[in-house]
Amino acid sequence: MIETRGLRKSFRSRAGRETKTVEAVRGVDLTVTEGEIFGFLGPNGAGKTTTLRMLATLIEPDDGEAIIAGADLRKTPGEVRRRIGYVAQGGSTWDESTAREELVLQARLYGIGKAEAHQRAVRALDAFQLAEFADRKCKTYSGGQRRRVEIALGIIHEPKIVFLDEPTTGLDPQSRAHMWDEIRRLRTDGMTVFITTHYLDEADALCDRIAIMDHGQVVAEGTPADLKREISGDVVQVGLDVVATPQAAKALDGEAYVRKLETVDDGGLRLYVEEGATAIPQILRRLDQVGVALSSIELHRPSLDDVFLTKTGRSLRES
Amino acid sequence: MKLARDTWLIFQRQFQLLIRNPVWVFVGVFQPVMYLLLFAPLLKPALNAPTQAAAYKIFVPGLLVLLAIFGGLFQGFGLIAELRAGVIERSRVTPVSRLALLLGRSLRDVVSLIVQAIIITLLALAFDLRVVLGDLLLAYLMLALIALMTSAVSYGVALKVKSEDALAPLMNTVAQPVLLLSGILLPLQFAPGWLQGIADWNPFSWAVDGTRALFAGDLGNDKVWQGLSIVAVLAVLGVYWAARQFARTVR
Repeated sequence: MIETRGLRKSFRSRAGRETKTVEAVRGVDLTVTEGEIFGFLGPNGAGKTTTLRMLATLIEPDDGEAIIAGADLRKTPGEVRRRIGYVAQGGSTWDESTAREELVLQARLYGIGKAEAHQRAVRALDAFQLAEFADRKCKTYSGGQRRRVEIALGIIHEPKIVFLDEPTTGLDPQSRAHMWDEIRRLRTDGMTVFITTHYLDEADALCDRIAIMDHGQVVAEGTPADLKREISGDVVQVGLDVVATPQAAKALDGEAYVRKLETVDDGGLRLYVEEGATAIPQILRRLDQVGVALSSIELHRPSLDDVFLTKTGRSLRES
Repeated sequence: MKLARDTWLIFQRQFQLLIRNPVWVFVGVFQPVMYLLLFAPLLKPALNAPTQAAAYKIFVPGLLVLLAIFGGLFQGFGLIAELRAGVIERSRVTPVSRLALLLGRSLRDVVSLIVQAIIITLLALAFDLRVVLGDLLLAYLMLALIALMTSAVSYGVALKVKSEDALAPLMNTVAQPVLLLSGILLPLQFAPGWLQGIADWNPFSWAVDGTRALFAGDLGNDKVWQGLSIVAVLAVLGVYWAARQFARTVR
């Protein structure tokens, strides 16, 4: 559904007299297959939004190629526009208009006739449970309602693929769960969904496949399960207070069963081990020897954050 | 055909939002009416005009051109609000014509200007201003072309600077010399030679002269076709430039 090769984009920014060239996207290769929810993951500033805006024809790539829903991004951007939907991060509704007016206008901008545009607006209002406030001004909507209008606007022309830029950022947990259901429903309706997010749990729960982006490049691509499987072994999280943490780190560093060790910001350690069940007794024994008291110890399977950490050398949460 | 349809769609939407908030009619007409009531009475003695009506014949066309220039130049503010709300980006991912995004908005501005111009003309009639209908319509055409150009330029600049804080001083800086050098408030025939020489390079000065000739019933005056041609060419250039801004990257 999407096939990109070597997409690049740099921006020139001026600070005083100096002009700096910032390479926002440095050669992105992606493959998105039909009917999947594809997650584009990475810290802020990694180049996710720039890549997305290139794919949505809003900015022109400096180099590279992309075929989107069968149309060539560089040669026929107009054709790409007809086949894709795009929902921006910062919103796209006008305070003084109503949801119905916005939907009808958007459909008509895609060349749909008046009667058909009105019918589609009604169907979209029902599907997104907006019928109740259809004729109220957008400024009266809650954050979740507004986001639903925006997604309805993005798919009013029944595109083959829809791009959602951080669709759940700023939503409360309940609206967020609701939004996940809406996004799954789009897939059920046969659409390919491309979302960006910096929430790991979202990527894990919602996406069929993900790509992790860092410093303008894709550093990993695959299903969440496959990516996690790549990091063999378990993660043992040891709860410690801030004072005891360095002491414990010193004691455990270099032990044969610890493959990798890292300090958690607010106290505690994360240990990557071959086998959690045999490592835990040894960890407890070693800490007991050096007289460090721990507050908790947990064993878990690697998370996407661990994947990110091994690929980039830092945690997504702290970046 | 697609251009006409798309322009109509954008125009309809913009016009609908405009009439939903009819305060603009009051705001737009209030200031010119103040000029008409509080400034124009000074003109008869100042201009040595034989009658009050003669003074209005000189002043009202200038006032209308002023309205067209300023009304247009400050339209960019609304666009910056739309940019911020994401409405422009939402339009740009659709296959809608980029020229239509501009034209629909600018034509809305032209219509709202003509409505204001009609109200002011009607009020001036009450002060014994008399003008031939055909000439008046040509004068309105002049005003429409001016408003089309200034609003297009304002939208183009708004897309470039993307901030009200930059747009306001910029537009004021442009508007002030344009205003002073176009003989809008007082005809430039009183100006010293060097000032007239500079004013000859101000297209709006030609537009004001042309509009005055039309209000004076002097249809054959060269200033009429000269003024109309100059603003028509500038309107086309302004629209072309601004539509390119719509097509280019808007972050």
